[in-house]
Amino acid sequence: MAFLDINGLSKTYASSDGRPFAVFEDVSFNIDKGEFVCILGHSGCGKTTILNVLAGLDQASAGIVVMDKREVAGPSLDRGVVFQGHALMPWLSVMKNIAFAVKSRWPDWNRTQVTLHCQKYIDLVGLTGSEHKKPSELSGGMKQRVGIARAFAIQPKMLLLDEPFGALDALTRGVIQDELLKICAATHQTVFMITHDVDEAILLADKIMLMSNGPGAVIAEIVDNTMPRSRTRNDMHHDPQYYRIRNHLVDFLVNRSKLFRSGEGGDRPKQPPVVRPGLEIDASPIQPQMHGAHGKVTPLVVNRKR
Amino acid sequence: MIKSEALRAGILSLMFLLVLLGIWHVATLPKEQAASANDEYAKLMGKGAVKTTGFPTPAQMGETALKHISDPFYDKGPNDKGIGIQLGFSLARVGLGFALAALVAIPLGFVIGMSPLIYRALDPFIQVLKPISPLAWMPLALYTIKDSSISGIFVIFICSVWPMLINTAFGVAAVRREWLNVAKTLEVNTVRKAFQVILPAAAPTIMTGMRISMGIAWLVIVAAEMLVGGTGIGYFVWNEWNNLSLTNVIFAILTIGLVGMLLDLVFGRLQKLVTYVE
Repeated sequence: MAFLDINGLSKTYASSDGRPFAVFEDVSFNIDKGEFVCILGHSGCGKTTILNVLAGLDQASAGIVVMDKREVAGPSLDRGVVFQGHALMPWLSVMKNIAFAVKSRWPDWNRTQVTLHCQKYIDLVGLTGSEHKKPSELSGGMKQRVGIARAFAIQPKMLLLDEPFGALDALTRGVIQDELLKICAATHQTVFMITHDVDEAILLADKIMLMSNGPGAVIAEIVDNTMPRSRTRNDMHHDPQYYRIRNHLVDFLVNRSKLFRSGEGGDRPKQPPVVRPGLEIDASPIQPQMHGAHGKVTPLVVNRKR
Repeated sequence: MIKSEALRAGILSLMFLLVLLGIWHVATLPKEQAASANDEYAKLMGKGAVKTTGFPTPAQMGETALKHISDPFYDKGPNDKGIGIQLGFSLARVGLGFALAALVAIPLGFVIGMSPLIYRALDPFIQVLKPISPLAWMPLALYTIKDSSISGIFVIFICSVWPMLINTAFGVAAVRREWLNVAKTLEVNTVRKAFQVILPAAAPTIMTGMRISMGIAWLVIVAAEMLVGGTGIGYFVWNEWNNLSLTNVIFAILTIGLVGMLLDLVFGRLQKLVTYVE
C-alpha cells in the first residue's frame, strides 16, 4: 500500500435549485513516501477542496483517504499545510509564529528548545535576522517563507502546499522554489502541491496530476516526470524531455482539459492512466494538437487566482 | 513639518482659549447702575451701586480652582468633601461597574461570536435591552438592591455591558478563517485557540468596545450620582447647584471633562497596544 492512498473521493454540494452539484468525482491516486506530487488544473476544478480534505479541514462526500495506514479524519500535526495566503498571525513575530506551531507539536518543550528549533527553520528558509519582525514588515516572499518554515518546523509526515507561490513575482518565486527543492531533498519530505504554473510543476514535481475542468472534475492523467531529479531551473530547458512534457501539459490545459466530462468516464479505469511524455519520441499521439513550436518557451501561467 | 504644524496648532488652541476667556471676562464685568429709580430696590437687596450678573468672572473661577486644587482631599462632613474625594467615589463606582461588565460581556461575547445559534437566540434580548437608558433601571435597582451606592454601580454595569458585548461578539465572529484553520491543522485545543488565536485577533475590536463603554459610563455616572446623592462628582455638581455656587459647578464640569479625556486617553493607548497591522 502506498504512503498516501486516496480512493474514490467526491465532493458534492447542493446547488441553488436543489440538485446535487459535483465539484470533483471519483478521484483516486496515491503518493509514495518522499514523492513530490503536483496537481495542475484550471480554477474551479476542486484542487483546493482535495487539499483541504487531505488536510482534514474539509470533508469529502464520498471516498476515503488513508495516510500511513490510518484513515484521515480531521486535521492532524502529521500533515503540515502551507496556505495560499500565508495565514500568518499578524500580531506575532516571525519567531513566535513558528513557535506557535512548534509548541503545538511538542507541548512539553521548554523555551530554549522551542527557540533553537524555530531558529533552525528560520535559517533554513533564509530569514536569519528577521526573527523579531512582524509579518507586516515582511515582503510577500518573506511571508510565504515563514509559512513554509512553520509547516516544516512541525516535521510533518506530509506537506500540503496550496498554490504557495501564486501571489509572488516571478523572481521571488524562482528563489523560493529552489529553496523548497533543497529542503525537500534534504528532508525527503513527501509533498502534495497545487499549482497553476506549468514550469513550476515540471521543476518541482515527480508526478504531475492533471485535473479536468469542473464541475464533475476528474483526474485525467498522471504525468510521470522522467527528467532527472537533479534538474534545476537553469539547465532544465536544455533537456529535450522538458519540451515534450511541457507541451503535453500545456496541450492538456488548453485543449483537452474541457473534453473530460463526468458521466463520459463510465468506463474510465479507477486509477488514472500514467503517461511519460518525456520519453515519447516525436510521433506521440497528441502531436497533431500540439501548440507552440519546439524550442520556443513562452511562460505560461494558467488562471492565476488573485 | 509635522512638528511645526503641531506647534502651530498648539498656538492656535491657546489663542482660542484666550479669546474665550476674554469674552467671558467682558461679559461678566460688573456694570454701573444705570437709573436711580432702582436705588430703593438695590438698597432693599442689600447691594451697593454695583450690579453683577451673578455669573462668576474668570478671576473668581481661577480663585476657586486654586482653592480646590490646593486641598482636594478634605472631608468636613457629608456635604463638604474635597473634589479629589468626590472624584475618587465616582471613579471607584465606574471602575467597579465597568469591571463587572467586562467580566460578563467579554466571555458572553465570545460565546455569542463563536456560535451563530446562540447569537440568533440572544439577539432579540440584546436589541430590546440595549436602547434602554441606564437611568431607567434606577428605580428597579434601588428596589431590589436597597443600597443607593450599589445601585449606582449597577447602572454603570448595565450601560457599559452592551458595547463590550456587541463588539466582542463581532470581533470574535470576524476572526479570519485561515487563522482558525492554522490552529486546526496544528491540533490546537479549544482553550489555547481561544486565548492565543481568537483573543489577540479580536482584541482591537474588543478594546474599541471597552473604550466606548468607558465613555458612556463616565457620562452616566454624573447623572446617576445626581439622582442617588451622597457622594461622587455628580452629587457634588447637584449639591453646589443647591448652594447656588456656580463657580464650584463650573469647576466640577471642567473636572469631569478632564477626567473623561484622561480615561479615553488611557483606553486609546491600550487600543494601540493590541492593534496589529495586517
